[in-house]
Amino acid sequence: MASTATRVLAPVGAAGKLFAFGLDVGRALFRRPFQLREFLQQAWFIASVTIIPTALVAIPFGAVIALQVGGLIKQFGAQSFTGSASVLAVVQQAGPIATALLIAGAGGSAIAADLGARKIREELDAMMVLGIDPIQRLVVPRVLACMLVAFFLNGMVTVVGVAGGYVFNVVLQDGTPGAYLASFTALAQLPDLWVGLLKALVFGFIAAIVASYKGMNAGGGPKGVGDAVNESVVITFLMLFVVNFVMSTIYLQVIPPKTG
Amino acid sequence: MGVEIKVNNLTKSFGKQLIWGDVSLTIPAGEICVMLGPSGTGKSVFLKTLIGLLKPDQGSIIIEGTDIASCSEKELYEIRKLFGVLFQDGAMFGSMNLYDNVAFPLREHTKKSESEVRAIVMEKMDLVGLLGAEDKLPGEISGGMRKRAGLARALVLDPEIVLFDEPDSGLDPVRTAFLNQLIIDLNAQIDATFLIVTHDVNTARTVPDNIGLLYHRHLAMFGPREMLLSSEEPVVRQFLNAQRVGPIGMSEEKDADELAAEEGQELPPLPPIPLQQEPSSGVPRRSQRAPGAWCRDNGVTPPPGSFDENMSMTIGS
Repeated sequence: MASTATRVLAPVGAAGKLFAFGLDVGRALFRRPFQLREFLQQAWFIASVTIIPTALVAIPFGAVIALQVGGLIKQFGAQSFTGSASVLAVVQQAGPIATALLIAGAGGSAIAADLGARKIREELDAMMVLGIDPIQRLVVPRVLACMLVAFFLNGMVTVVGVAGGYVFNVVLQDGTPGAYLASFTALAQLPDLWVGLLKALVFGFIAAIVASYKGMNAGGGPKGVGDAVNESVVITFLMLFVVNFVMSTIYLQVIPPKTG
Repeated sequence: MGVEIKVNNLTKSFGKQLIWGDVSLTIPAGEICVMLGPSGTGKSVFLKTLIGLLKPDQGSIIIEGTDIASCSEKELYEIRKLFGVLFQDGAMFGSMNLYDNVAFPLREHTKKSESEVRAIVMEKMDLVGLLGAEDKLPGEISGGMRKRAGLARALVLDPEIVLFDEPDSGLDPVRTAFLNQLIIDLNAQIDATFLIVTHDVNTARTVPDNIGLLYHRHLAMFGPREMLLSSEEPVVRQFLNAQRVGPIGMSEEKDADELAAEEGQELPPLPPIPLQQEPSSGVPRRSQRAPGAWCRDNGVTPPPGSFDENMSMTIGS
């Protein structure tokens, strides 16, 4: 009986530990001294592993949305709103999601692998023994770097996605450039941009927290590190889609859509 | 001068499995202690508990009036500044070269200028014989060098307590002998409290002032070196003399019938107690006792041939 109960409750415990870790990081965010060097190094590193894949993903992403939405809208006879619709889709959904997937897949896995390797080599223990909190020294710079890079990547995905949509709409679907550009502001509004950026920040935070948590709790030799990386990517993806759903719902409830 | 560590009724288990229970001992200030035990008796767990990396289930560890087992995170980070720890594989930071590794604690904890840092780092590197290897990455050097580099890093903040996690694992006998000499010389020089966790019997017989033996989930015995080396207690004499006859088996404990078969067997005589290794400077350490002093004070006759300058170090049957 007891073992069944513990087994059923184990995921709750794991979730609680992850949450507690997140709180620890949140508290350490404001503790001095701030590790500027580590932060810059990590930001540079994460950016370097994510920029090119993100750009490559963003072009087809924007194009697919343009094709899909463009086709659908044509059937409704509202071609003049194609630009607006694809901007909305890219800015609110495609941008943050594409960013998050790459931050988690490329940046997060690297963080989990790095911290996991440090964990099993006892480097983290050594650091704690030297009187240095690894959360403050290693995790906080990584979390902030992830958030910063996610923020900028989101901007890049948005621009590249909208540009891709423009090219496909104008070249392949015989849309008029003027209508595409002019309809930008017809349905889209400034808060759409803000929520897209906010999502990117939150996703970057989640990806870094999960990756750091899994990495710092890797165990059982090299295999443990591999498992930690694998788990961190899967858990991050799951969490990102759920959080995206929640944030989108709240946003659509709170901010009234612009009409015409 | 080192700091005393008082351990009271310490108990630790992982889940339902008890690692060891009711461990009480006092590690005297400035002395060298060795914690021995068969593989898998939780020696490393004991060491990690002492520095607060693992929380014990019960008991207390008092260092300078602070209980490591129950103090706050903040106090823990403060008290850890008294410690220097040499981890099994050195635990060097893989992304930094040896110089930056050794300089790391100084840069994090002190406001020393780069030239002061350089002077201290070079002094410690010289101490462990690693001058000239500062620019190497931890991945590029041998295990023995990594250990010595780890030792240099552990010493850089002038610790009051130095803990060694299996300093001799994976080293050849010659390097082990050099490392042991280094430990003795260091103790003579900095007077800190040393605790060495190992299962190497030669180290245990010649290096420490005190020996402790963890066996079968408890502390079998803790006391001066000569007390354990002259002890007739079956577990202690079996382990310290690396014999097969005795209560310790290949697995955790011997089967009952195996023990019964050994019943009438004569235990081999205790081998002579070797001299304690001396500092290479020839000046005795502050905590060093004269050979045979404990035996004389307690009316114990040491095994014949003990404390002979030229005795062979070979032990076992």
